[in-house]
Amino acid sequence: MAKLTAGRKTCPVPKLEPRIVALMLFICTVLGAAAVRLYYLQIIKHHDLSDLADRNRIRIQRMPALRGLVYDVHHRPLVDTRPSFDAVMVPEDAPDLGRTVDRLEQLLGEDGAAKKLEDAQEQGRPEFEPVTVEERLNWQQVVTLETHQLDLPGVSLQVNPQRHYIYGPLGSHLLGYVGEVTVKDLARLASYRMGDEIGKFGLERSWEDILRGDSGGQEIEVDAVGRRLRLLREIPEKPGDSIIMTIDFDLQRVAEEAIGDRAGALVALDPDTGYILALASHPAFDPNVFAGGISSAQWRALTTDPAHPLQNRVTQGTYPPGSTFKIVDSIAGLSDRTLTPHTAYFCPGGMYFGGREYRCWRKQGHGAISVHRAIVESCDVFFYNVGQHLGIDRLAAWAHALGLGKKTGIELDNEKSGVVPSAQWKWRRYRERWYPAETLSVAIGQGYVAITPLQLAQLAAEIGNGGTFYQPQFVKEIDSIDGTPVKVFPPVIRSRVHIDPAVLDQVRAGMVGVVNAGDGTAHAARLDDVIVAGKTGTAQVIKEAQGVRVKENEGPERYRDHGWFMAFAPVDHPRIAIACIIEHGGHGGSSAGPVVKAVMQEFFMKNPPQGATPGQLTKRTDNARLASALSTGGRGTEAHEQLDAQTE
Amino acid sequence: MALDRRMLLHFDWTIFMVALALAGVGLVSVLSATWTGARHPLDPLVLRQLIWIGAGVALMTAAALFDYRALNSYAYPFYVVTLGLLIVVAVAGQSTGGSRRWINLGLLKLEPSEIAKLAVVLVMVHYLREEPPRGGWRAHQMLIPAILLAVPAILVLKQPDLGTALILIMITVTLVFVSGLNWRTMAVVVLGAVLAAPMAWHYLKPYQRERLVSFINPQSDPLGAGYHIIQSEIAIGAGGAWGKGMFQGTQARLNFLPEQTTDFIFSVYAEEFGFAGSMLLLGLYLALIARGVWIARHARDRFGSLLAVGVSGIIFWQVAINIGMATGMVPVVGITLPLVSYGGSSLIAMMVGAGVLISINMRRYLF
Repeated sequence: MAKLTAGRKTCPVPKLEPRIVALMLFICTVLGAAAVRLYYLQIIKHHDLSDLADRNRIRIQRMPALRGLVYDVHHRPLVDTRPSFDAVMVPEDAPDLGRTVDRLEQLLGEDGAAKKLEDAQEQGRPEFEPVTVEERLNWQQVVTLETHQLDLPGVSLQVNPQRHYIYGPLGSHLLGYVGEVTVKDLARLASYRMGDEIGKFGLERSWEDILRGDSGGQEIEVDAVGRRLRLLREIPEKPGDSIIMTIDFDLQRVAEEAIGDRAGALVALDPDTGYILALASHPAFDPNVFAGGISSAQWRALTTDPAHPLQNRVTQGTYPPGSTFKIVDSIAGLSDRTLTPHTAYFCPGGMYFGGREYRCWRKQGHGAISVHRAIVESCDVFFYNVGQHLGIDRLAAWAHALGLGKKTGIELDNEKSGVVPSAQWKWRRYRERWYPAETLSVAIGQGYVAITPLQLAQLAAEIGNGGTFYQPQFVKEIDSIDGTPVKVFPPVIRSRVHIDPAVLDQVRAGMVGVVNAGDGTAHAARLDDVIVAGKTGTAQVIKEAQGVRVKENEGPERYRDHGWFMAFAPVDHPRIAIACIIEHGGHGGSSAGPVVKAVMQEFFMKNPPQGATPGQLTKRTDNARLASALSTGGRGTEAHEQLDAQTE
Repeated sequence: MALDRRMLLHFDWTIFMVALALAGVGLVSVLSATWTGARHPLDPLVLRQLIWIGAGVALMTAAALFDYRALNSYAYPFYVVTLGLLIVVAVAGQSTGGSRRWINLGLLKLEPSEIAKLAVVLVMVHYLREEPPRGGWRAHQMLIPAILLAVPAILVLKQPDLGTALILIMITVTLVFVSGLNWRTMAVVVLGAVLAAPMAWHYLKPYQRERLVSFINPQSDPLGAGYHIIQSEIAIGAGGAWGKGMFQGTQARLNFLPEQTTDFIFSVYAEEFGFAGSMLLLGLYLALIARGVWIARHARDRFGSLLAVGVSGIIFWQVAINIGMATGMVPVVGITLPLVSYGGSSLIAMMVGAGVLISINMRRYLF
């Protein structure tokens, strides 16, 4: 019976009471735990979870910026961007997917689309997301797809920008190529994302920051399946800046044509500025094969090719300078006064030193010969003597001062410094002392000494301009995409070497003779209306066998020597300096000479010598200047003043 | 039964109002979870929920006016009918998303598992209405309840509906405990359950197993089984202290939350109304459950008391497991939030249960 007592709580079923109370306590505990958990999530972790919520629904779609273009010095485009077409397919838009895919493969003449769709499906990609089924269609395929649109529901074309090297392999070592950014790059560079393009080689790589620009993007709101709902924010992109090179496309083209199928290199500079007018290295490669991803087979072919097409021989090829080094001997000897313009040595065709015979290339010898003729006819014995009297260390010092055996600092990767040996160098390298006989080899540019074509061109420029080493540069100006200049690169003087003008005169006269005199070794490089000064050289490929010397143009090609030619023109106020090497070309004058001639001809056709059009120089003026140049003396005060003006 | 004045005096307005409030919250949440914009028509779910609420209120009132003691005699028949419905579902039920839970009756869909909860409570209370012997119920006396539990539980598991089976087990345990189970027996049962767990694992379907694994480590499969937990926590957490505001829940609106009108309705609500909102909701439930337990304490007879415990237990366990699920404390099982989640059968069942509670309270002083 219930006890109805106001205000007093009674439990009519007392047996259950304690358990009910226990239950209530349990309930309160559990719900309390829930409250604590909610507090944790909603108050303590609110910020973190809010971020995650945003990350769920906001996607950033990056739009990579247009890459800067590359032009030659006359603003002619060398590298631009072309559209590349991919075929994409949206599976949910095709009512009969299988049939559409078959038709597509049939029309394109390629299979692989079906596989790509399968892969996408396996990855769990939603049906409304487009799948790239075929990349880089050729024009025929593009037209076919567009024509058969009705047959191919769900299929469309996607246009991608692709880097395009307009002239293929022309200047490829300078221009370089682009590729996809690697995992290592991504770790190092914050603003790059997977799939971005990055310069890998050459100018594309050294000037990546300028060319790249800043990517823009869109902030898009998406739902849980990734469907785009609306645009939240748009960030404009900034296209990359364009590069105007110092290269003249016409000279480059002529140089590459002249080198032809042979392996070799040519570099042409402006002696007054250090600007590079042409830079060619053969064999070359077509940078366009890298666009959109190079196949591993192609890559392997390039890297394992014994001719090393990826090597930039201008800056990375080191060769013995051969007889071109005699110019260094001359400058060193005359400056140090161990040699004078009238010093004569006797060349009978060879000489004995240290119990060995050292031959001259001319078996019958040159007879009594002094420095001018020794340069013109490239007498080995003369320079053996010069070298011996100088000693290796003095010789090395002069070579270094003139820029040999050192990197020029050009903005390209992996420039080699070459070698100019000295006693100290040999000790450090081989722990052996220097044998005086080795100086003889070095004097004629063989043995340990090795230089790059760029160093040689730079040397030619220095002799031409009177001792100033300008930094070789190939970028003249940076423009923004609409053409306004952003930065200009003036010439930079790296160093100066003081050479007595009389010495320079003497050496220059000799170099004029090399090209213009009847018995000059570079007669093939002679020009009618401009006085060219130069020096040939032959770099030995195999060491001279005991007493026997392989005649330069004989023997199997791969054993033939490399042919060098360095030159500058016109001899007064030179405007172009060139060095060229033809591998296994044999004699420098006949292999490298004509190449240099071709380039110079093109140059002077476009840039006629001061105040005259080609052919206008009278023969009389020409001969007179030639005659004075070919004389053994220097030119006296007049030349002295001219030189002063030049070196400043 | 004549409506005594005193009865009406004890019409439990607390239960009535709280139940109505919760149903209102549910309506608002479903509205938000299906909101597609001011210009679009209301999702039919919302209208249907409104109709169910209306029907539920009517039935709640009817149940309140009905004398609960009569239920005693209907316990077994009701139980058998429910089993029948469960079998019908297993045979001819409508499948959605890999489970058969509904019987399609044309205009409406009936979900027998919701009714099963009430049926099991009723039949258990009927069995336990007598006082236990000294020292509490013995193990052998628990055999019948075990079978009474097992049959519907297995039928429900075959749907497969792990959640409801779990609820059935929990309310049985609650009732058995409260009604006087021997402590030692309880320990044995718990031990038995622990030992039976590996066997239970064997019978679980793969996706149910995955759910357990991903519960322990949601990140192990963030796009699959762990997805629900992660997304739910994100939504709840994103709500912060005061919530994002009605219709502003981005996680729900953008479909990041799965099952947002049913299993995860709490997450929708929590994102929009924040900690303040979730405490309010928790408070409402606590009020409802506590009132139910109070009614159990002050019920006139043992039958009524246990019945009140049972109904309160259904509400409590569902709330605890659902919110536990949404907050990542409990593995994901398909359990809806009583009175709030969308679902006609569930709403009706809960409303009827609330009506029974009112009925029990009303008749406190009757005899």
